Amino acid sequence: MSTSPAPQIDAPRSGSAPTNFEPRIIAYVCNWCTYTGADLAGTSRLPMAANVRIVRFPCTGRIDPIFIMKAFERGADGVIVSGCHPADCHYNAGNYHARRRFAVARELMIFLGIDPARITFAWVSASEGNKWAELVNETTERLRAIGPFKDYQALRS
Amino acid sequence: MQQLIEVARQLLTDKVVDVVIGYEQGAFGVRPAFISDVASCAQLIFDNRCVHNLVSYLSPRRTHLAHFQRKAIVAKGCDIRAIAALVREGQLKREQIIIIAPRCGGVGRNASLNKPQQLEVNTVAPRCANCTVREPRAASAKDTAEHKEILADYVVGEVQAPPPIAVDRDARINALDAMSIQERWQYWQGELERCIRCHACREVCPTCFCVQCLADKTQPQWIESSPHARGNLMWQFNRMMHQAGRCVDCGECERACPVGIPLSLLVGKMAKVVKERFDYQVSSDPTVPTPIGTYNQEDKQEFIL
Ligand code: SF4
Ligand code: SF4
Ligand code: SF4
Repeated sequence: MSTSPAPQIDAPRSGSAPTNFEPRIIAYVCNWCTYTGADLAGTSRLPMAANVRIVRFPCTGRIDPIFIMKAFERGADGVIVSGCHPADCHYNAGNYHARRRFAVARELMIFLGIDPARITFAWVSASEGNKWAELVNETTERLRAIGPFKDYQALRS
Repeated sequence: MQQLIEVARQLLTDKVVDVVIGYEQGAFGVRPAFISDVASCAQLIFDNRCVHNLVSYLSPRRTHLAHFQRKAIVAKGCDIRAIAALVREGQLKREQIIIIAPRCGGVGRNASLNKPQQLEVNTVAPRCANCTVREPRAASAKDTAEHKEILADYVVGEVQAPPPIAVDRDARINALDAMSIQERWQYWQGELERCIRCHACREVCPTCFCVQCLADKTQPQWIESSPHARGNLMWQFNRMMHQAGRCVDCGECERACPVGIPLSLLVGKMAKVVKERFDYQVSSDPTVPTPIGTYNQEDKQEFIL
């Protein structure tokens, strides 16, 4: 992750009516629990919305909240952040550290005027393929209702 | 400020320190002074225009004073919290620095006045509201190892009357919290639009001591450097993430901002968040870890599914 650029997402499709709007969602997940859980959801052939693109990290502790902002900056409408449940971290405490940072980041985003409903934080273990599929579907549904993140996408660069 | 001058003279004469970092009268009000010879000690002043947090000069990133081995600094009670922050984060050792703490009656927002003026509700620095550290204490033989807070080496000046209480920042933060998400977005976009990306808010900050700042990195470029809405938002988001629980609430970022962005509302909000969530409050005790540098297994996680 050190040299690769931030996720690049296609430019927003113009003229999509809210009714058939398909949100672009970026998921930041840890390698050990959620990625494996997502894999299980896939190999179990669970029906899932195709709106989510996964970026895999060694640990939630490596997920800097600036990545969430970067996803919005590059055109994402929503973000999922997920890793191992408390006490399950492969590196013992990465998720505890991440939890503090996410808590602060979320409140800061709310204070800056970013709708927290655009971000799903979750713990998904390697055996929770069902939970992952539900999370993907719920987040996609929620974002279909909220609509595209036009405000962020319109910011001048 | 005879006492201050005498202490400085003594320290330089005895070669206890090579430089005294303090305040002097400049062409436009008060400015920082770096006194390294005994004769210049008479320039040192302290009055209610001395709003600057000089502790920024102690952070290792600032190389201005690197050629001086031993330093003394004029630090108000609130500035000592910044010294504690540097000690807490391993940037400075307590014994490397001599602290001369003036008794303080509050400072004004404007350091550029040519004479000190009576402080008013509208001119007093917001951080002076309900200040509990105006009367710094010097270390005595009694408080050795037990006492964790950083104490002064010298306390100088007369006892001062308390300052007037500035307009309540919490009320302004609460008013923002009460707005809708959309209104807050508009508010901050309106403010951040003026940002010129001078990074003065970073340069002045005692706890911004990274040798390479994320804002200067271009491969990849996480924070767009042009002074436009996208990068401006990312810049303050990042600065606040890095300051949450580390900021000593000196208000220098807001004072330094040339375009008047209300940065104290952002740092104030962060202070509230770490207080409410992690029960952390900034102090001059360097042994308390920063809240983001630690964790509690029982931390609230109501926002995580
Ligand atoms: S916060 Fe307290 S010590 Fe600091 S300048 Fe104001 S009154 Fe003085
Ligand atoms: S962020 Fe601002 S208020 Fe906080 S320590 Fe830095 S300069 Fe002072
Ligand atoms: S000091 Fe003000 S104008 Fe300069 S970068 Fe900071 S917020 Fe922007």
